[in-house]
Amino acid sequence: MTAVELSRLQFAVVTVYHYLFVPLSISLATLTALLQTFAYRRPDDARWPRLTLLAGKLLMITFAVGVVTGLVQEFQFGLSWSAFARFYGDVFGPTLAVEGMLAFFLEATFLGLWWFGRDRLRPALHLATIWVVAVGTLISAYVILAANAFMQHPVAYTLDPATGRARLGSFTDLLTNEVVLAAFPHTIAGAFAGGGALLLAVGAYRARRETKRSGARPVEEADPDGAWRLFTRVGAWTTLAGGVAVALTGDLLGKVMTAVQPMKMAAAEALYATQAGAPFSLFAVGAPGAKEPFFSLDVPWLLSFLATGDPTATVQGIDDLQAQYVAQFGPGDYVPVVPVAYWSFRFMIGFGVLATVVAAWVLWRTRRGRALDGAHVADRWLLRLLWTVPVLPALAATFGWLFTETARQPWLVFGLFRTADGVSPGLTPIEIVASLAGFALVYGALAVVWVRLVLRVTRAAEDPAPDPAEEPDRPLVPSY
Amino acid sequence: MDLPTLWFALAVTCWVLFFVLEGFDFGVGVLASALGRDDHERAAGVTTIGPVWDGNEVWLVAAVGVTFAAFPDWYAALLSGLYLPFVLVLLALAARGVALEFRGKGGTAGWRAACDGVLAGASLVVAALWGAVLGVLSAGLALGADGEVAGAGLGRSLAPLVSGPALLGAVLGVAVALVQGATFLGLRTTGPLRGRARTAALVALVPVAAVVAVVQVWWLAAVVVVAGLVAARREVLAFAAASLAVAGGVVAVLAAHLPVVLPSTLDPAASLTIASAAAGPEALRLITLAAVVVLPGVVAYQAFSYWVFRRRVASERVAS
Ligand code: HDD
Ligand code: HEM
Ligand code: HEM
Repeated sequence: MTAVELSRLQFAVVTVYHYLFVPLSISLATLTALLQTFAYRRPDDARWPRLTLLAGKLLMITFAVGVVTGLVQEFQFGLSWSAFARFYGDVFGPTLAVEGMLAFFLEATFLGLWWFGRDRLRPALHLATIWVVAVGTLISAYVILAANAFMQHPVAYTLDPATGRARLGSFTDLLTNEVVLAAFPHTIAGAFAGGGALLLAVGAYRARRETKRSGARPVEEADPDGAWRLFTRVGAWTTLAGGVAVALTGDLLGKVMTAVQPMKMAAAEALYATQAGAPFSLFAVGAPGAKEPFFSLDVPWLLSFLATGDPTATVQGIDDLQAQYVAQFGPGDYVPVVPVAYWSFRFMIGFGVLATVVAAWVLWRTRRGRALDGAHVADRWLLRLLWTVPVLPALAATFGWLFTETARQPWLVFGLFRTADGVSPGLTPIEIVASLAGFALVYGALAVVWVRLVLRVTRAAEDPAPDPAEEPDRPLVPSY
Repeated sequence: MDLPTLWFALAVTCWVLFFVLEGFDFGVGVLASALGRDDHERAAGVTTIGPVWDGNEVWLVAAVGVTFAAFPDWYAALLSGLYLPFVLVLLALAARGVALEFRGKGGTAGWRAACDGVLAGASLVVAALWGAVLGVLSAGLALGADGEVAGAGLGRSLAPLVSGPALLGAVLGVAVALVQGATFLGLRTTGPLRGRARTAALVALVPVAAVVAVVQVWWLAAVVVVAGLVAARREVLAFAAASLAVAGGVVAVLAAHLPVVLPSTLDPAASLTIASAAAGPEALRLITLAAVVVLPGVVAYQAFSYWVFRRRVASERVAS
């Protein structure tokens, strides 16, 4: 493999990995803040502080991985993409600097204050610290997505005639790129679908353990105050809401993308010929390399409707766009890898829909005080496959990014700068292989430890939060 | 002062804050295991940095971000030129960060001991690597006309690490982090740990003195001052003096060749200067605005956080 291909692979691995944890940090921060707000407002209900503490522990564990992998991201552009960093540094650098100053300091400092300050700060102030963390995660997501949106749809720049480099025009325009305005709500909705699914799985897992251990019948008795059922339902509602919001905002994002990167959306549909009243293909089977699938399950007019809001509108096909780009940018291949685009788009939607359906199912099965019951066929499979529930939104998000980033190829910045020109000129393939091996090793170990710790804190979350009044002089929370 | 010069000063400030704040983190990371005789003492050592290390590390994020924003060419040349050393730094920082955060969440004593081991080892490696990188920077990189380090294979980016300045830097990096960490522990712990930290500070000053004597003799004055303050049990002053010396050292390295920010050892014309590496005016204006509005707040709430956790950590009282 060439240095370019290896660098792309490394960027994909390292960034996808970062993004497995980021959505959980974003949603868990807000969910923990909400749980703690309930705890604060309803001091007589002992369930809320317990659930806050558990969600907070999940947040701390996840956040730590997000931070150390995020640090790698910050260096990536200089390590492997120095030509890109020189070209785009003027626009991209400030977003990273602003993100660090505005968001990461807030998150890191206030998370420390929140976790260790439980018995140091007044309850209202303590509650405020976790809300600051939540806001910090949203700010950082917005700013970094604005940087990515520039690559999808460059705005707010001028090209320096002497150096050929992009120069920042207006930061406000950069932050109000129509792509980020649609991508931010979509990403955040997806993040909540993910965090909700984690709470759902954790809550249901605890309830099941309690039932197995006590053998209680009816199962509701294993969870006498209903804390675990509550946790499960908070998670399920969050995933349901996130799933619906992700579909609505995804539709919006698709319309924006059709306008700014028609090639990407044509590739997502494997639509080669320009067509009026184009159908949406749900599923297709084709021979490799062939343009026409030999089987495709189509919904008539749906694609035209999704892309533009008008079922009879004309949607541009790949062949036309390729010809148009050759005329515009010179000879070259402007078609991304179509099967990757087609399938990653469908997997994104499919896994998301599946997660939403599971959440709705759980809400139905736990309605009116009921608990999930392993003796009941309707719940048995769910309880057995519990661990897959948080995986579904993570897969959806990963495929979403795979689609977003690979279907932009051959461009690194759409219409402006090619991926092949972005890689560090001096870099040798063996260096990338060595670093990729190092990341694979350390990241693999991190993933194993993360899973084990999540299981551990879930199992250990028996006791209500220790009463600070018992130990007024306790130096710090017992966590180190 | 024009904007690029101002931003050079601000970027250096971010780097200095990172090295000063994380320097004692690295030192404590090593010393918590080295000085703590049992689980409680080690927990106490780690707890002194528990609430603040992440906030300290964000100064690295800020330093890298600011360097990228204000001097894209500097960022690009430095990171791609020292590719593998920085990958090693990142891997060690990753191991260190999660060992710190996961230590108390695994339950068993064996788990905590494993985390302590990773924390100590990774902290040591990180301190050595950063020291080596600063050593390399004081001499410059083999930058070609395209602003990149040329060469073949793994040696391209690893070779600078086996140079004289890099090795001296590595020793100094570790020793200085230990001095800082030990003076910080002296400041924040009680009982036997506090006493052992004092001894450790004095021991670690020996290699510092040795390297300094080779590199620049008059820095020995700083070593003597810190040693005197440690011996006199002026804990606050000892920590402050050690930190100030680190700050001075980092400034001395980064500003040694001004207006050149990254000297080329191959061709003086390929060296990056403040002017040639700087970003455009709009980018600089924007980050200036951001820095003026945001950084005072950052300093204020970080100070607040240190103030909240100002009490000494007693090893007997840290439940594990
Ligand atoms: C839980 C995750 C999740 C789910 C269920 C969906 N998405 Fe999505 N999608 C993402 C998570 C995501 C993402 C990972 O967050 C992406 C990658 C880049 C981005 O901005 O969001 C994304 C990108 C993305 C893009 C490409 C944007 C670009 O190129 O910048 C489109 C057009 C859609 N989505 C549309 C949809 C539609 C119509 C969905 C229907 C239900 C949908 N997504 C479900
Ligand atoms: C938000 C800020 C982001 C920026 C600035 C960014 C930037 C980049 C860059 C520079 C590359 C390498 C060049 C290229 O292949 O085009 C790349 C590729 C890639 N990124 Fe992103 N990325 C971002 C977010 C993400 C996220 C969150 C993910 C996944 C979770 C992701 C997934 C990928 C993948 C899979 C590739 C490889 C695509 C290919 O080479 O075909 N990106 N991105
Ligand atoms: C490729 C571009 C990216 C870069 C350079 C980057 C950089 C970073 C850095 C340096 C950190 C650690 C901050 C700390 O020390 O506290 C971090 C964490 C974080 N990042 Fe990323 N990131 C990227 C992609 C993304 C994306 C696409 C999102 C969200 C949509 C995101 C959201 C976050 C959030 C919310 C955190 C804090 C929570 C956590 O640590 O998990 N990042 N990122």
